[in-house]
Amino acid sequence: MKPTDISNPEYFHKVVDCQYACPAHTPVPEYIRLIAAGRYDDAYMINWESNVFPGILGRTCDRPCEPACRRGRIAKGEEPVAICRLKRVAADNKMDIRARLPKIPEKKNGKRIALIGAGPASLTVARDLMPLGYSIDIYDNQHAGGGMMRSQIPSFRLPGEVLDEEVNYILDMGVVSFFNTEVDSLKEVLDKDYDAVFVGTGAPRGKLLQLPGLEEAGKQVHIGIEWLASVAFEHTESIGKRVLVLGGGNTAMDCCRTSRRLGGEDVRVVVRSPFADMKASPWEKEDAMHEGIPIYDNHTPKEFVIEDGKMTGMLFEKVEAVYDENGKRSLVPTGEDLVFMPADEVLMAIGQENSFPWIERDIGIDFDKWDMPVLDATTFQSSNPRVFFGGDAAFGPENVITAVAQGHQAAVSIDLFCRGEDVSQRPDPYTNLVSQKMGIHEWSYDNSVENDPRYVVPLAPLEETLRNRKLEVELGFDQDTGFKEAERCLNCDVQTVFDAPRCIECDACVDVCPTDCITFTENAEEEEALRQRLNAPAGNLAQDLYVSTELPTRRVMVKDENVCLHCGLCAERCPTTAWDMQKFLYSVTKAGL
Amino acid sequence: MSYQIPKFRHPDLPVNELGYTRADYEGAISTLCAGCGHDSISGSIVRACHELNLEPHRIAKLSGIGCSSKAPTYFLGKSHGFNSVHGRMPSVVTGAAMGNRDLLYLGVSGDGDTASIGMGQFAHAIRRNLNMVYIVMNNGCYGLTKGQDSATADEGSASKKGDPNPFSAIDLPGLALQLGATFVARSFSGDKGQLVPLIKAAMSHRGFALIDVVSPCVTFNNNAGSTKSYEFVREHAEATGTVDFVPMREEITAHYAPGTGTEVTLHDGSVLHLEKLDEELDPFDRLSAMVAIEKHRAAGEILTGLIYIDKDSRDLHDVLETSRRPLNTLTEEDLCPGNKVLANINSSLR
Ligand SMILES: Cc1cc2nc3c(=O)[nH]c(=O)nc-3n(C[C@H](O)[C@H](O)[C@H](O)COP(=O)(O)OP(=O)(O)OC[C@H]3O[C@@H](n4cnc5c(N)ncnc54)[C@H](O)[C@@H]3O)c2cc1C
Ligand SMILES: Cc1ncc(C[n+]2csc(CCOP(=O)(O)OP(=O)(O)O)c2C)c(N)n1
Ligand code: SF4
Ligand code: SF4
Ligand code: SF4
Ligand SMILES: [Mg+2]
Repeated sequence: MKPTDISNPEYFHKVVDCQYACPAHTPVPEYIRLIAAGRYDDAYMINWESNVFPGILGRTCDRPCEPACRRGRIAKGEEPVAICRLKRVAADNKMDIRARLPKIPEKKNGKRIALIGAGPASLTVARDLMPLGYSIDIYDNQHAGGGMMRSQIPSFRLPGEVLDEEVNYILDMGVVSFFNTEVDSLKEVLDKDYDAVFVGTGAPRGKLLQLPGLEEAGKQVHIGIEWLASVAFEHTESIGKRVLVLGGGNTAMDCCRTSRRLGGEDVRVVVRSPFADMKASPWEKEDAMHEGIPIYDNHTPKEFVIEDGKMTGMLFEKVEAVYDENGKRSLVPTGEDLVFMPADEVLMAIGQENSFPWIERDIGIDFDKWDMPVLDATTFQSSNPRVFFGGDAAFGPENVITAVAQGHQAAVSIDLFCRGEDVSQRPDPYTNLVSQKMGIHEWSYDNSVENDPRYVVPLAPLEETLRNRKLEVELGFDQDTGFKEAERCLNCDVQTVFDAPRCIECDACVDVCPTDCITFTENAEEEEALRQRLNAPAGNLAQDLYVSTELPTRRVMVKDENVCLHCGLCAERCPTTAWDMQKFLYSVTKAGL
Repeated sequence: MSYQIPKFRHPDLPVNELGYTRADYEGAISTLCAGCGHDSISGSIVRACHELNLEPHRIAKLSGIGCSSKAPTYFLGKSHGFNSVHGRMPSVVTGAAMGNRDLLYLGVSGDGDTASIGMGQFAHAIRRNLNMVYIVMNNGCYGLTKGQDSATADEGSASKKGDPNPFSAIDLPGLALQLGATFVARSFSGDKGQLVPLIKAAMSHRGFALIDVVSPCVTFNNNAGSTKSYEFVREHAEATGTVDFVPMREEITAHYAPGTGTEVTLHDGSVLHLEKLDEELDPFDRLSAMVAIEKHRAAGEILTGLIYIDKDSRDLHDVLETSRRPLNTLTEEDLCPGNKVLANINSSLR
């Protein structure tokens, strides 16, 4: 194999598993160390720069970083660092950080931008462009900013104050907001001579299953996301005692848990797929079950049962999952009798769709066969160069952190576009690689590896949270627990950097490495062959091999990055400092930089 | 500075027949200098014991004084250990081995511990063919006392702070051959590929097995001008041939086609496969081995690999016809078999 090019920023970026997996590439280990040091403000600001909503995301993020976390694969049964809930520790314990927010220039740059929709995607664009002197108008049909974070995510997961605080940091930059304003023509907006328009209207349409009896069931059946919004906006305050929630995603989990708080006593989730295949995150399912909500899997809804003009329940067909040789699943009826479940009300949480009836089809924006706008996946520009998309409106429903990541990229594009530059010329990420050596065997990071298992976030008493739909269920880590959880982080951003000319091939690093990462061996043409020669099994192909240039014995150093603990022992035991521990900072460049 | 090795190990480490991973044969984190050859030898010992499926509690590791003699702390943390007096490890092993022949005795020593203060003990342990593995971590200096030339330092070799050594060196394998050793090998700490099979073979040999391992002292004797530096040894090492150790249960024929090398069946049934042997060296002939060592030395080369093995070695227990059972398992009945037996003995002497 060719020697690894560590000057390519993506090589070390990939070693920082959590940051690499985060759509916004938040420098996770950097903020975790700051939390351990009690520097909550600094930890908060690192997050705020990357993901804009640390307090919100520290409670609600889909956390793609956690399944990627190295900690979760260094031993059987070991769980990832509680990255998400540590973010909340920073947000909960910070002081007033308003003085650290970017200054907004009094003199504007003369460019006007319209943002349609005030969800996380649009707010991120505003966050990035306001400090550059843009004048921004934001339009939303709700009474306040936040988008689905306000209308969909229930208060028992995300308290209103936390949402308001972080939304207002942005609106207070001087964004001109037009709330309670439905935009029903994009052409009209374009006619107002904005220099650019960003569409961040989300995926606002819930799906409805057309089953026999639906019409007769009438108002006893609700679309999940519409019902959640009407609860959030206090139009709905109660629900029947027996509730069936159809669907297996996170919306279903929010619907059932909200039902429990609005008077539902026998609340059940019914889903077609097997339990393990459900779309909802494992922790969302756990939370629902903890609140006494059973999940019936492998049940396909067949019809509403109507008696005397009233819906009394639903019939389900039992199915089982059968997988063909390609692993493709089909749900095959078991042939058992249909199952009846009684219900006073039914919530359908079976997915959302985009819908753009308000975008004229003759204003230069192309739509594909699924009626989605045709976009450049990097720049988020549509075929009308003045119109950009981001968040759920761009490529379908995702989550808050994806909306934020896309908002950042769209802001870069809008800024380039407004300055008359090529939007496809993306700025390089900012990177920095600094030795952490402080003395012979001293590092400026805490290199010992803690053994503690993952800490569990404490919860408010169940009785109380079920009585009050606004009472937050999770209490968050206190500072002590936050410290201990932070210490579980392996500091994967502190890279093992190898300088081949210094190595005398004494094997000290090989001998000391607790996880057998390092091998000195003859090189091989193919990666697969080289993996076979390593001292320990190197079967995780998602993780790279770090290959050195040829050494005097004609061998190469090969390090399998997979289960490196970043403990620094190789560098401590190296007599020639051929290994050094160097902190790699990677930040995605923002608009205007 | 780290005082502990993290508890985590590679999650997919292979287990041996006893269900142990290599980690089960490790010891405490080393306090030797970073890059010390002795640590690599420790690493090779760990590998060899794991691959040989040895039960850690069936091994006793004994040493004298020196950086090398400290090394047993850094491997086989679950085995028996005895850190004795400078140069006196062989007599402690002799006592232990006489008392309990069921343990595997692994002596670890330095060139100072062996070739200076411990020379007398070393010589007699060999002469008696004590059943033990004797590893010399040979760095040509007294590392622990700051690098003075030792008796194995080559004439003309200079350590970091020293003048060229005016005395001729003691060649431990050569000396051992002369004293009647039944297994003699030399290796290099930086060549695990060679060292691990040699350790395994030595552990399977019945009788005294010496492995002289050149092991650079990075701090005091790894400079230009030293003949025990990483660089010098890499340039001047000449292997007798490759050695492979095949455990008894495996079929040797599955590994090698017939006629591709020489095979030696060891006492415990395991097999040594020797390939591409030095044309002039016959490792079963003591004289040939002695000649080979001297020839390479004269040519400025360090001969490594298996140098000599006596396939029919009889160890001290065989010679003395000692009790087959460890002394601590002998009961009063075994030790005082009664008047009848005494009377028989007495009558046999009349
Ligand atoms: C029940 C539920 C729970 C969720 N929970 C989580 C969670 O815990 N964590 C997570 O990361 N994600 C969660 N999500 C997903 C997340 O809310 C969205 O992915 C995210 O909010 C998308 O952001 P956005 O900026 O693209 O759009 P949105 O947040 O959808 O904001 C779009 C805004 O535009 C407004 N709008 C739309 N059309 C118009 C128009 N024509 N004129 C004016 N205004 C308009 C909408 O009313 C809305 O306010 C959840 C989603 C649902 C449905
Ligand atoms: C009886 C006695 N004499 C002298 C010493 C001092 N001393 C300690 S270690 C050592 C030499 C060790 O050299 P070596 O065996 O080569 O070990 P190394 O440190 O080089 O591995 C000496 C002379 C001692 N500890 N005890
Ligand atoms: S930091 Fe070095 S010693 Fe520690 S696990 Fe990684 S490669 Fe091994
Ligand atoms: S410890 Fe340093 S000098 Fe020794 S082999 Fe490793 S990198 Fe090379
Ligand atoms: S002084 Fe030399 S022999 Fe002793 S630990 Fe240091 S490098 Fe090894
Ligand atoms: Mg020595």
